[in-house]
Amino acid sequence: MADVALNRPLQLDPPLVEGNPTYSQITDDVAGIVERKPPREWYAAIAVSGLLTLVLGASIAWLLYKGVGIWGNNQPVAWAWPITDFVFWIGIGHAGTLISAILYLFRQKWRTSINRAAEAMTIFAVMTAGLFPLFHTGRPWRAYWLFPIPNLDLSLWQNFRSPLMWDVFAVSTYATVSILFWYVGMIPDLGTLRDRTTGLRQKIYGFFALGWRGSAWHWNHYEKAYLILAGLSTPLVLSVHSIVSFDFAVSIVPGWHTTIFPPYFVAGAIFSGFAMVITLMVLARKAYRLEHLITLNHLENMNKILLATGSIVAYSYAVEFFTAAFSGNPYEQYVFMNRVVGPYAWAVWIMFFCNVFAPQLFWFRKVRRSIPAMFAIAIIVNVGMWFERFNIIVTSLHRDYLPSSWGMFTPTLFDFLTFFGSLGFFLTMFLLFLRYLPAIALSEVKAVMPAPANAKGGE
Amino acid sequence: MAERRLYGAVAEFATPDALLEAARRMRENGYTKMDACTPFPVHGIDRALGIPHSRLGYIVFAGGLTGFVAGILLQWWTGAVDYPLLVGGKPLFAFEPSIPIIFELTVLLSAFAAVGGMLALNRLPRLHHPLFELEAFRRVTNDRFFLAVEAADPKFRPDETKALLESLGAESAALVEEEG
Repeated sequence: MADVALNRPLQLDPPLVEGNPTYSQITDDVAGIVERKPPREWYAAIAVSGLLTLVLGASIAWLLYKGVGIWGNNQPVAWAWPITDFVFWIGIGHAGTLISAILYLFRQKWRTSINRAAEAMTIFAVMTAGLFPLFHTGRPWRAYWLFPIPNLDLSLWQNFRSPLMWDVFAVSTYATVSILFWYVGMIPDLGTLRDRTTGLRQKIYGFFALGWRGSAWHWNHYEKAYLILAGLSTPLVLSVHSIVSFDFAVSIVPGWHTTIFPPYFVAGAIFSGFAMVITLMVLARKAYRLEHLITLNHLENMNKILLATGSIVAYSYAVEFFTAAFSGNPYEQYVFMNRVVGPYAWAVWIMFFCNVFAPQLFWFRKVRRSIPAMFAIAIIVNVGMWFERFNIIVTSLHRDYLPSSWGMFTPTLFDFLTFFGSLGFFLTMFLLFLRYLPAIALSEVKAVMPAPANAKGGE
Repeated sequence: MAERRLYGAVAEFATPDALLEAARRMRENGYTKMDACTPFPVHGIDRALGIPHSRLGYIVFAGGLTGFVAGILLQWWTGAVDYPLLVGGKPLFAFEPSIPIIFELTVLLSAFAAVGGMLALNRLPRLHHPLFELEAFRRVTNDRFFLAVEAADPKFRPDETKALLESLGAESAALVEEEG
């Protein structure tokens, strides 16, 4: 009787877990990451990222002392790098929600090996993103003015008709729901760590495991909650970058005021996010020897998504140029000519190379299944997507309607320090996650893998 | 002074199939107050144990509706009633520009209701449960599948129930006590 596994998936697709491990081997592999001392690479990585985080802290401290004048922001390019960096980081987060929510609704079982880490990446990316508008306001100690909290020193309400207000609600809802989704998904695995550790660590994991015991009555409500959260996160993630794009599209600045922006931004966000997931996963699976759980098939699937979303992004670029040409609007046409031949043309051509040409190499199976190739392309896409936001913001703002108010933007040292510092902050958070929390969703992987043949069965 | 009383009989199985089969047989034998504890959701166990469909959806709907109404009231009351401020000649309140925030608040309160409702329905967090007294139960979050029959079950007879569980292919079976 033992051989007839009821939850055995059809063997049409390549196996989701390689090497037919038992349940407890999977537990040992994943929980072991947290229980053993981390590999040497982890210490090297956190030394670098920790240093960059200190750079971020120092540059923000200097910013608070001197003011936003230490950045290159000026009139007319008031948004400059901080908003470029904000949109860049928010976009990165979107892949995590796509993997955890949308692929869950589509019953894509391969998501189970990567969803936990991708969701963690989402949360850290949104946290990092949040820093930029906060400090770009110039008076971060007044941040509560962004929320409808009754207070005496403001004496009026927020303007809810402004897309910037919508953005506040979208990003803070996104951050909150992502954290809830991530945490709920982690409760059973925190239980695993509680049951394997002793002393203080057991108490801490036990506290966050909330007394989870895997009861069938609990799983019943739990799975429902998980499904509902996935169903809520799916329109939420699409709304977030749509609303971020409204910050631009609702204005009348040439190059911003277009209806393609919401889908274009969402596709770009997923594109950049998958590039970041691939970058992180390639390193993590190697450092922690998780090649049998995060298999080449997983990476290939992600490369296919990179190809698909990269093609949508390329199409959006084409539509933007076509719309400008077809509109007959001289300001719109000027902005797009200025992008390809103007003073920032180098940035636009970097963007085209990184986002349009590089991912097209994934049409070849050999490239999709080559670790060095996908790592290189993922890095290129990350760079390209940063330049996309730079182009949207700087080339549209620096020359809009009146030539008398045109200007140029040059970043300062502090623009660089803040950006690379934010990269360090993001990586530090991710490394701490790998060190202290279950990086792979144990209970989900066990549910999709074939029941181990060598487990001692009934009779 | 703390009186110990029997919580129930617990059997340990090595595979989800063995657990499912045992749960079905126990139900055929007339047991009704049972629980299964597993490292991952075992599909079919809810039917084998007679667990009804989760009513969480209603709680989430109530949460979402609250967020929806709150989103409308917030934007209408602050913008058109408490402090009317004309910006760019736009109406003081209109549905079109209010939709993003209505949507976000609907999602936010639905998510709170989903998580809070799930925990409340499951009576979590809780500090302890009699099953944690069992040393073998540490593997419930790893690779073991447990079936518990509560002493409150009308058909429960300590030794008889334990023997029945053992005969259904359990790796081991034990009686578990709880604080009175």
